[in-house]
Amino acid sequence: MKKLQLDWLILPMVGFALAILAWHILSKTVSKDLPSPGKTWSDSREYVLKPFAKRGEMDQGILRFTWYSLVLVAKGYAIALLMGTPVGFMLGLSKPFTKTFDPIIQILRPVSPLAWLPLGLVLFLGAGKQASELGALFTIAICAMWPTVLNTAVGVRSVPQDYLNVAKVLKLSRWKTLWKVLVPATLPYMFTGFRLSLGIAWLVIVAAEMLTGRPGVGGFLWQEYNALNYSRIILCILTIGIVGFLLDRLMSVVERRFKTA
Amino acid sequence: MSFYVELSNLTKIYPTPKGPAVIVKDFNLRIAQGEFVCLIGHSGCGKSTVLSMLAGLNDITGGGIILAGKELVGPGPDRGVVFQSPCLLPWLTAFENVLLGVNQVFYTATREERRQIAEYYLTVVGLGDALHKTPSELSQGMKQRVGIARAFALKPKMLLLDEPFGMLDSLTRFELQQVLIDIWSRTRLTALQVTHDVDEALFLADRVVMMTNGPEAEVGDILEVRFPRPRDRKAVLEHPAYYEMREYLMTFLHERAHIKRSPASTVTSGAPPNEGGGRADKRASLDRAMNRDSKDVGMECHALSRKGATP
Repeated sequence: MKKLQLDWLILPMVGFALAILAWHILSKTVSKDLPSPGKTWSDSREYVLKPFAKRGEMDQGILRFTWYSLVLVAKGYAIALLMGTPVGFMLGLSKPFTKTFDPIIQILRPVSPLAWLPLGLVLFLGAGKQASELGALFTIAICAMWPTVLNTAVGVRSVPQDYLNVAKVLKLSRWKTLWKVLVPATLPYMFTGFRLSLGIAWLVIVAAEMLTGRPGVGGFLWQEYNALNYSRIILCILTIGIVGFLLDRLMSVVERRFKTA
Repeated sequence: MSFYVELSNLTKIYPTPKGPAVIVKDFNLRIAQGEFVCLIGHSGCGKSTVLSMLAGLNDITGGGIILAGKELVGPGPDRGVVFQSPCLLPWLTAFENVLLGVNQVFYTATREERRQIAEYYLTVVGLGDALHKTPSELSQGMKQRVGIARAFALKPKMLLLDEPFGMLDSLTRFELQQVLIDIWSRTRLTALQVTHDVDEALFLADRVVMMTNGPEAEVGDILEVRFPRPRDRKAVLEHPAYYEMREYLMTFLHERAHIKRSPASTVTSGAPPNEGGGRADKRASLDRAMNRDSKDVGMECHALSRKGATP
C-alpha cells in the first residue's frame, strides 16, 4: 500500500525534477537564449503571485488571462457541441446523409485552425470591434466539432439492436425513441467526443488569440514574444499545459459517470 | 371452433447471393385464446423467425397472421415480448423499464395508476424489493424477471417468449419457469414460447409444437400436454405420462425433425399425422397415459410417483 503511494506521488516528482534539471543544464550550456528555470520564475513571479491583478490591457495576472481564454473557449465549445451533436445523430441515423456529407467532413476535418482563422475574420469583417471575437469563435467551433460529430455518429450506429427492438415492440414514437433510447444509449460515445472536442478547442484558442491579439493566455504569450520576454513565454506554455490537463481530467470524470450507465 | 391466433402458410424467404433461402415454409398453427403453446425444434430451425414475425420485428414473406380477428402488420404493444436477453435499458431502473411500456399502453390512465401497474407486476415476479435498482445491480435471473413483468404489464393480447430462459443456469431457470407459470395462471394470456428445452416445454405448455429442421421448416408434429393446472413441478415430473411424453418429443428431435414432409402430413391443431404404425401406437399409448391422469388428479399423482417415474 505504502509502495503504491510512492509510485503515484514520488515518481512524478522525480520526473519533474529531472525535467527541470535538464532544462537548467540546457539553458546554461547549449542554448544560452533559453531562460533558465530560476530566471523564468523571477520574471514571472509577479504574474503568478498576483494571478488576478489587472495593470493594463496586456499586463494582467496569469489566471485572469486564463479566465478570458476559458470564457472564449466555453462559448466556442458550446457552439461546437450544439452544431456537432445533431450532425452526428443525422450521420448515425441516415445512410444517405452519411454518404452525402461524409466526404466533405473528411476533407474539412484536417484543416488547421490557423487556416480557418483568417476566413473567420473575413466572414465577420462587418461586425467591427466584435470581428476578432466572432472570428475566433467560428474557428474554435468549426475545428472542435469534428470529434463530437464522428463519435456521436459511431455511438448512434452502435446502439444495440436489442434496445431498438424494445422501442419497436412498444411502438415508441420517433421522438420518444430518440430521447428514451437513442440519446441515452449514445451518451457514453457523445462524451468521449465532447472530451476530445474540448481538448481541440483549448488548442485552437491559443492560436486564435495569438493571431487576433486578444487578451488571454495566447495573446499574452505572443505579446511577450514581441517584447523579448522569453521567460514569460515559458510561463504561458506551462499554464496552457496545466489548464488543458485539468480540463481533460474534468471531462473524463464526467465521461466516466456516463460510462457506467 | 374459433381460434384467437392463426398463422396461415407463414413463409420467410431471405434473398441471398446464391438465390433465395427459404427459412420457414407454409407454417400453419392455430392457437386458442388462453392457450400456452411451446414451439420446440433444433437451433437454427426457424422457430425464432416465426416468433419474430409474430412480434412484427421480422417481415413476413408469405402467408399471414391473424390475432384476435385482425391481420398483424408490424410490431406493437398488443403483443408482449420477452426476449432471450432481457433487453432492459441499462440507464433506467427496473421500475422505469416496466413503466416505459405501461406509459405507452395506458396513456389515458393517471400517473399514479400507471405507477401502480408497474409496481404490481414487478412485485408479482418477486422484485418488490428491487424496484429502483438499475439492471447492472440485478442478476441475470432478476433481469429476466423484469423482462417478464414488462411484457405482462402491457396487458397484451398475446405473449411471445423467445427462449427467455436460455441464458440462465438451470436452478435459476427452474425458478423463473415457476415465476412465469404463476403470473401466467393469474392472467391466462395466450402465449407462444420458443424453447429447445423439452422439460421446459412439458412443464409450461398446453401444446408442444415440434418444428422440422430448416430450410423450409414447418410444423412437424403437435403434442397435447394435459397435466392439471395450476402446475407444480414435482407433480408434473412424477406424472405417469411424463417420461413417455418426454421420450416422444426427444424421438422427434433426434429422429424425425430432419424428415421432409410428405404432402399428406400437413398438420393442423393437434391432429397427429398418420405416417407409420409404430408412431401411431406410441401416440395411442400416450393418450391412454394422459387419460389415466384425468381421473387421478391431485394427490394421487404423487402416490403414483416412483413407479411412474421409471421410463
